[in-house]
Amino acid sequence: MTNETTQARPVVDIAGVSKVFDARGQRATRVEALVGIDLSIAAGEFVSLIGPSGCGKSTLLRLIGDLTPPTSGTITVNGKPAERARRDRDYGMVFQAPVLFDWRTVQGNVELPLEISGTSKAQRAERAKEHLRLVELSDFAGHYPWQLSGGMQQRVAIARALAVDPALLLMDEPFGALDEMTRERMNLELLKIWERTETTIVFVTHSIAEAVFLSTRVVVMSPRPGRISSIIDIDLPRERNVETRELEQYFHLVTAVREALRGDERSAGSTDGDDDDLAERRVAAEGLSG
Amino acid sequence: MARSASVRRRLRPLVGFLTVLVVLLIAWEAIKFIGGDTWHIENVLGTGVTIDHDPPLKFAFATDVKLPHVWAIAGEFGAQDAVGDTTVTRLLRAALFTLRNAAIGFALGSTIGMLLAILLVHVRILERAILPLVVASQTIPIIAIAPLIVIGLKADWFGVAIVSTYLTFFPVTIAALRGLRAFDPRAMELMRSYAASRWAILRKLRLPASRPYLFTGFRIAAPAAVVGSIVGELPSLIQDGLARQIITGMQYYSLNAEYLWATIAVSSLLGIGVYLLVAGVENWVLRHERRPEAALA
Repeated sequence: MTNETTQARPVVDIAGVSKVFDARGQRATRVEALVGIDLSIAAGEFVSLIGPSGCGKSTLLRLIGDLTPPTSGTITVNGKPAERARRDRDYGMVFQAPVLFDWRTVQGNVELPLEISGTSKAQRAERAKEHLRLVELSDFAGHYPWQLSGGMQQRVAIARALAVDPALLLMDEPFGALDEMTRERMNLELLKIWERTETTIVFVTHSIAEAVFLSTRVVVMSPRPGRISSIIDIDLPRERNVETRELEQYFHLVTAVREALRGDERSAGSTDGDDDDLAERRVAAEGLSG
Repeated sequence: MARSASVRRRLRPLVGFLTVLVVLLIAWEAIKFIGGDTWHIENVLGTGVTIDHDPPLKFAFATDVKLPHVWAIAGEFGAQDAVGDTTVTRLLRAALFTLRNAAIGFALGSTIGMLLAILLVHVRILERAILPLVVASQTIPIIAIAPLIVIGLKADWFGVAIVSTYLTFFPVTIAALRGLRAFDPRAMELMRSYAASRWAILRKLRLPASRPYLFTGFRIAAPAAVVGSIVGELPSLIQDGLARQIITGMQYYSLNAEYLWATIAVSSLLGIGVYLLVAGVENWVLRHERRPEAALA
């Protein structure tokens, strides 16, 4: 999918999008989840959406995936309306929970989207094996999901999303339920996968460290009503590893994102994400002293 | 180790059933010991000992006619009739005939129940229109509707199977209706992201997710199929099934109460047997979804 034509135009193009939730016209429950969203994502980018809860970052991801329709505005994916892109199976989706099917083996779970798209049996098995190798779970192909740890289950979910070779990978806090150690390892693995597959990734997170470490661009959002408050280019070297987290530039970017978020807090009065903040400051202090 | 543990787990319902059976038999004899007729047993188990016991109380329901001794009922199984058949062979032959009709009824009823549930899940408006009728169908006493079906169809054993079907489809419909909606809503979003068709969603998500619920329906339906089969045999005076034996037992109750008890024992064992069979199949089908507490996550 990543040929010259898709390189030329954006993979995702969002223009004047808003989303209003109201339960059957009841004025009292009317919530403006998103207003005036404009965002263009080029092929091969890794874009993180970050912001406090209620800023509509997950809603924006679901709009791109056509899991819910926008109230106004247009969303174009791969040069077509989002619905067409979904019907053409142009993207893979990873949620916060792995959402694996208990009654299928690990390999069976990875084959699921291929079965639905009508891929032949032999090809399904081959692709599933290939993607399980990519997430380093080849030895667990015959296991059932409950026999795997949380991190391994999420890697199966990633392999499943990648199995159809999507031009776009949508990830909604995929590592949010994992412990810090596992999360950092998963971040490195995700970067490796991104490098090898050359897919475009839109990544929702509430961790500043994760957003800066992974992304080429961080989109900072603010709540009530949900909107994009700033976009920060992450000009770290593309090759990232454990040392990246110790670069001075990395700390500057973490601070820049934090300040962008802080600016929103001042206006909206939200304190969500404090834990990350604290953890960040500690990491930063240790890094500077060492 | 793991294998024998899983076999033990699968046999657990059977072990539980046998334990309860033994407890019931002991309670039965305890009542007879306290308030039954006089016990007079010669040569107990070939030891030459003779037991004479006069129970202190007299319960009207615990006489030897109304509540025969367990060994008297057991002995009845070995009794021979004029043709030389023992009671046990006659009752087993009858049970097999009843079982065959029940199995056909169960298969038909389960199929109809599932198809109906699949239809109702997809066409909401039909659910509101048809479900009350389905419920109403079960409020009509089966004893009233069985003659209509069996005599109306003039198809003897097949009519019996239809009565069995009638009792079977309802629990399956209700269980399947619940089960087909019991999927993880996030899994439905996932299917939506794959642009999966309704058919694919049914086959790959709804049906597999519904299995634990379906089996609950099957567990209720299987013994009901046996009851339906026996009740279906009554109005058409079919001679080959358990119903004929139960009626014989009732007619000769005051002369030979043991015979009726023997038929009751065989009938209920048949019901329990099909239940345990369904439970066993369920354990096997859902074996990968069971999460033994000891397993490492």
